[in-house]
Amino acid sequence: MSWINARRRRPAAGYAALLLGLVVVALVYGSLTSRGGATEASAAVGTQQDIEFGKDLFQANCSSCHGLEAQGTSQAPSLIGTGAASVYFQMSTGRMPAKEVGAENERKPVTFSEQQIEDIAGYIASLGGGPEIPTAEQVSTEGADTALGSELFSANCAQCHGFAGAGGALTYGKDAPSLTASTPTQIYTAMLTGPEAMPVFSDGALPPQAKRDIIAYITETRVEPNPGGFSLGRTGPVTEGLVIFLGGMSFLVLISMWITAKRRDPRPTGPTGTERK
Amino acid sequence: MSDMEETEGTESPGAPHRVIGTPPPSPRLLGSAAVAQEPGAVALVSDSEEFAEHVDGLPPDDPKVVVHGRRAERVVVACFLLTFIAGCGFVAAYVGLGVHTVDKTLRSNLALGLSMSVMFLALGLGALIWVRHLMPNIEVTQQRHDLRSDEKQRRATEAYFKEGTANSQFVKRPLVRRTLMLGTLPLLAAPVVLLRDLGPQPGTSLRHTVWSPGRRLLIQGLNKPITPAQFSAPGSMITIVPDGYEDDQDALTKAAVILIKFRPGELHIPTRHQGSTLVGTMNWTVDNIVAYSKICTHVGCPVALYEQTTHHILCPCHQSTFEATTGATVIFGPAARPLPQLPLTTDAQGYLVSKSDFTEPVGPSFWERG
Amino acid sequence: MSRPAVNSDTDFDVSKPLKGTAGWLDDRFGGARGVRTYLLRKVYPDHWSFLLGEIALYSFIILLLTGTFLSLFFVPSTTEVMYHGSYVKLDGIKMSEAYQSTLRISFDVRGGLLIRQIHHWAADLFVGSLMIHMLRVFFTGAYRKPREVNWLIGIVLFSLALIEGLFGYSLPDDQLSGAGLRIFEGVLQGIPIVGTYLAYFLFGGAFPGHDIVPRMYILHVLLIPGILLALIGAHIFIMFWQKHTQMPAKGNTERNVTGQPSYPYFVAKTSAWFMFIFGALALLSTFASINPVWLYGPYTPVAISSASQPDFYLGILEGALRVMPAWEWNFLGHTVTFSVLIPFALPLGIVLGGAAFWPFFEQWATGDKAYHHINDRPRNAPVRTGIGVAAITFYGVLWAEGANDVIADKLQIPLYTVTWIARVLTILGPIIAYVITKRVCLGLQRKDRNELLHGYESGIIRQLPDGEFIEVHQPVNEERLAVLEAKKVPALLPAPGSEDDNGVPAPSARGMLGKARAVANRAFAETIPVEADGHGNGHHGNGHEVTGEEHEAVGAPGSAALPPGEGGEE
Repeated sequence: MSWINARRRRPAAGYAALLLGLVVVALVYGSLTSRGGATEASAAVGTQQDIEFGKDLFQANCSSCHGLEAQGTSQAPSLIGTGAASVYFQMSTGRMPAKEVGAENERKPVTFSEQQIEDIAGYIASLGGGPEIPTAEQVSTEGADTALGSELFSANCAQCHGFAGAGGALTYGKDAPSLTASTPTQIYTAMLTGPEAMPVFSDGALPPQAKRDIIAYITETRVEPNPGGFSLGRTGPVTEGLVIFLGGMSFLVLISMWITAKRRDPRPTGPTGTERK
Repeated sequence: MSDMEETEGTESPGAPHRVIGTPPPSPRLLGSAAVAQEPGAVALVSDSEEFAEHVDGLPPDDPKVVVHGRRAERVVVACFLLTFIAGCGFVAAYVGLGVHTVDKTLRSNLALGLSMSVMFLALGLGALIWVRHLMPNIEVTQQRHDLRSDEKQRRATEAYFKEGTANSQFVKRPLVRRTLMLGTLPLLAAPVVLLRDLGPQPGTSLRHTVWSPGRRLLIQGLNKPITPAQFSAPGSMITIVPDGYEDDQDALTKAAVILIKFRPGELHIPTRHQGSTLVGTMNWTVDNIVAYSKICTHVGCPVALYEQTTHHILCPCHQSTFEATTGATVIFGPAARPLPQLPLTTDAQGYLVSKSDFTEPVGPSFWERG
Repeated sequence: MSRPAVNSDTDFDVSKPLKGTAGWLDDRFGGARGVRTYLLRKVYPDHWSFLLGEIALYSFIILLLTGTFLSLFFVPSTTEVMYHGSYVKLDGIKMSEAYQSTLRISFDVRGGLLIRQIHHWAADLFVGSLMIHMLRVFFTGAYRKPREVNWLIGIVLFSLALIEGLFGYSLPDDQLSGAGLRIFEGVLQGIPIVGTYLAYFLFGGAFPGHDIVPRMYILHVLLIPGILLALIGAHIFIMFWQKHTQMPAKGNTERNVTGQPSYPYFVAKTSAWFMFIFGALALLSTFASINPVWLYGPYTPVAISSASQPDFYLGILEGALRVMPAWEWNFLGHTVTFSVLIPFALPLGIVLGGAAFWPFFEQWATGDKAYHHINDRPRNAPVRTGIGVAAITFYGVLWAEGANDVIADKLQIPLYTVTWIARVLTILGPIIAYVITKRVCLGLQRKDRNELLHGYESGIIRQLPDGEFIEVHQPVNEERLAVLEAKKVPALLPAPGSEDDNGVPAPSARGMLGKARAVANRAFAETIPVEADGHGNGHHGNGHEVTGEEHEAVGAPGSAALPPGEGGEE
């Protein structure tokens, strides 16, 4: 009898077969679906944008909602004048192509490669101008004034994104996302173009150096360790209150039940009632 | 003498003595020779009658007890030894681990905290097992004394107090009594009077901010002025502080401003008056740029959340929401008044400046506001 | 019974220090009998819920210890300095000395961050344990005569604890707590007539000024802890003097208290408890970060963060501010903002004022003037328990609303919807909670009565000769019996309009107040009687069709479950 046949009737055999099937399907599926470039967009921006190729990509993937000339339809706004930077932000965070028209678009896995995104961006920029994709030097945080960045972030960003960039609620089902996954270029282009509900922070109001200071604050804070222990989400006293009740108090109540529980051990006797003095 | 006995009440024939999960039979109570309880028994019960002890279980030299005691002792000793080790660890961590950076602080906190936790928890565990498994299981009943004093004592105290009051002549000499009270009245007022200088009177200070004609709007943090051309992207928002008061927290508490840029045709600020005072108008905008007070009219948080798509200004504290295109009117939340609008114009160099102070008081309402 | 054998080699002989030191003290102070009677032999009843107040007590002691450490480093001043310390991300920022000293404690003092975190966690635990201790006392009726004064002291303690906590976390002058102070000032400002004066006097002028931090500091480290210590001392002394209450159990009467003597049993247990509390706090402070002020940044009135909440115990106030719709009156040159004043005064006023008033209301409604040293089981006081749960619901809804933006964000519910739900639940929730709780209590009372009358289900299934299966019920044992029978039947006051034999109308039921009292009295008196009623005696008829064999396990002769004469009929 073969090795497999000998073990066919074991209880574990069913699980092994299922597992094998899942792995095979996953491998086949993975190889067949094309994954775009890494979600971590490289800072090597500024390579030659192929506008023609970008136009083709746009018409194949975006025009159904945004119109053949990017003039907008009832489903999506016009992209003329929004600039390469807004295209870069929306597509490199995976928000575009949007899956559905809803309250807002969330970050999701990217469908296009870095080069493709830049091509589409170049095409849109050619239609009506607008903010450009920053270069690597423009988003570099070397020499940035993180302290000033913290002040600017506090006054202009924290009310939506939270004091440490953990995100927060907006109205009507929208929210300001957490900033843990955003690359410096994405942060820069978001400030520059004001995607969706986010206001615009043009270079006139926040010059590029100020933007770099803010980026430095965000990127440093999100990797900063929590010296006091687990961060509890960096959302402030709400989670702290939950922890003290669910963690501290529950633990202590259980201990109090132990302390006062009736004893079950064979009980050694003590002094009798007659012995009092 | 103190064996486990059957409970009262015969059980059905064939039923087991005790079923798992059901209440155990109650142990006999021994030595409950407590003093008989007459209601109203007078206090002072003698020591020997006050306590009745209940003792149950096995004699101390029963092998089960001895083995159990030895095992428990081992656990307790181990706990206390662990406490000692943790304590030494604490001292070592304190001496050996420095701080001054975030990473080092993390390490130090972890080491000190962990050793301290183990120290206390092991000590507590040891003490608890000691009490529960090494000490005998004594239960004592103590009699409650009457809390109420008996009538005789009450009357005696009453009488004594009455006599003392009569002897003091307090009741008999009204002039003495009344002048005493009169004399002490200012004394009672003195602490209140002394507290007067805790702070200045508010006067009209709540009605004004530091904004004045021709004062430049500076971008907070960068402290540089701004022209309409620099603030031309529709949907822009930025936090503004008054020139000369960039770091003055007392001034900024009322003078912080939020600047928003709209597309042509989006702004529809109606001309609004409070009484005879003009408090809002399109004339106070420059190039579709409008300035509102950043101080919420609810209880004073900075109302900073601006949603470009809905034109809502949302205060994160209590969710008061203001519609920015119509003069920051309230559309949700507990705030009762719109955000005051700062009159804007440009100066000779083209920078945005205030035309005047706000024409209504900024921030939370107050009694004298009007 | 013999004592454990004495081994003179390793045993520790206590008689020498006793005769020495203790004797020396006794020569000067006396009190040997007092020490024995009141300290060593004092009896402490054992129930886990009696340990909750001790959590508060020991947390307070830990707060004193850690607070003293912190006060050696903290600088209560808002003088502006430029930071050049260890936390380099904020290098060059202007901040107050208070904030700077907090950063120094966190990053430049060994163990400083740990002690800071223990202090803050202990403050949270202090207030939280006060809450559940208060609830325990309420639900067991332990506030009744003679303990009303202690209950009132407890409420004052709780209120002071709230203020103490508020001032404590506002001392570092960080962005989050500063926003809270601004809200506090805005609320103060809105009080009619005196509001602006109050605000200016407290803050020494316009907000924020330079006086508030030093003033909060002295209130936080000296005045309020002093009052707290005195009141805690009074609270414990009264408990000591009146002796603790105890749970209904066999042998427990209104005239005795049963438990373990203080020395060495209770002393050992309470010391272990203290160690566990300290250990739990240390564990939390090792692994759970609390109040990371360096992430919040120093306070500035132009900035605010999302998810800005006070510490949890002030969540009810925050939620009340968020739940209110806009409501303001302007008249004759004056403004009164109800959307601020109502949240400020009403929720805590209802909860704490209601709690203070409750013992006297209950006494008035039930006419119960007896001493109570035995606790009630919550199910045996349905109105009290129902109102308690309603109060918890009211508190809880507003507390949750205080976190509405965090709830909206994490649970993906639109922001305004959360507030609307809270608006409805603030009114409806307590009503529904009261009704449900009262019904549940009465249902549990029925269950208890069934257990008394029919015994407990023993888990033994017996097949009768005709094929039917029954579960054998055993009569409850003595301990359980004592607990089940401990229910007091509340007395009914005379109804309005009733007269005695001479035609004199009942004084307690006169007038509007008398009618209200009668209504309350009827509500309190609703209970499921423990004695067998007509149905319960129907083991042999009375419309209750049953075969004899079914009940041969129940009502066995001599059992206390049935009235005598009923047993053994099968």
